[in-house]
Amino acid sequence: MSKVIVVTSGKGGVGKTTTTANVGAGLAALGHKVVLVDADIGLRNLDVVLGLENRIVYDIVDVTSGHCRLRQAIIKDKRLPGLHLLPAAQTKDKTAVSPEQMQELCGELKKEYEYVIIDCPAGIERGFKNAIAGAERAIVVTTPEVSAVRDADRIIGLLESSGLSSPELIINRLRINMVKAGDMMSIDDILEILAIDLLGVVPDDDEVVISTNKGEPVVLNEKSLSGKAYRNISRRIKGEKVPFLNLESEGGFLNALRRIIGLK
Amino acid sequence: MLLDFLNRIFGRDSSNSKDVAKERLRLVLVHDRASASPELLHALKADLIKVISKYMEIDEVASEVSLDKSESQVALVANIPVKKVKHISQSKSL
Repeated sequence: MSKVIVVTSGKGGVGKTTTTANVGAGLAALGHKVVLVDADIGLRNLDVVLGLENRIVYDIVDVTSGHCRLRQAIIKDKRLPGLHLLPAAQTKDKTAVSPEQMQELCGELKKEYEYVIIDCPAGIERGFKNAIAGAERAIVVTTPEVSAVRDADRIIGLLESSGLSSPELIINRLRINMVKAGDMMSIDDILEILAIDLLGVVPDDDEVVISTNKGEPVVLNEKSLSGKAYRNISRRIKGEKVPFLNLESEGGFLNALRRIIGLK
Repeated sequence: MLLDFLNRIFGRDSSNSKDVAKERLRLVLVHDRASASPELLHALKADLIKVISKYMEIDEVASEVSLDKSESQVALVANIPVKKVKHISQSKSL
């Protein structure tokens, strides 16, 4: 199993950072030593999603430019012993790091951590090229919208031509009631179009917003459905065979009514 | 159908917007994947008309050149109405 994983999407706002944080926390909760790398230089966010924003001293640019040593820049999470973060620089731009420097950095991190997970910035320019430079495996995040799936298709093509063949898909923010009503593309619709392997499906869940508000990854919330989805994804990344969540069984008044009158 | 009736009661439209989404996505991806810009197709159409016009009289205004996807292949679809076939002498065509 490859260890350096890039989380990407093309389109912004589909949940790359949330996915990176939760998959990282999920793997750490399973007992692995994980480092998350925020490659979104200039628009640093992984730190706030993880609730580690007050602990940053050095960042990725300090490391690549030699202002500090790698070990000094890495923040250790206090809740999960295996979870670490290498934050992005907030005052620089994407050109502050080169693809060669990223390769070298990933090579170093790989020696010490079981999983290196890179949060890729939106877009297909320099930031994307940097983020994928040292990666051995790619996760593409999309939502069930025309714009997000279109960008995911483009990203899959770019990943494949960069040697990251067979990227895996996470469908985020699926609203099962809308799918049932025929007003949202289903998992099968999206897989048919993109023709790549499915890593997991995360339902649209208020708990994600609540967790992010508090800076606590939802994957640690035992009761939430999205947390369960992220825990399953983490286990699949390890190579375990985990059945997909049956989102169909979720409630809703109309569905209850359908069940009562025997349409379901 | 009872289901349609219930859907109507709860204010659900019977037309599926996801089918619209899927079809729009399918078409936009045909062009994205072929990395064919509208300019490229326009230039191709102009050249095709130029060549075909040597042999046939065609309706340039009604002509259409586009990409479409059938199963797993992308096809170039040209719809060029022919008005008249030109009679070219044997020697010229050889």
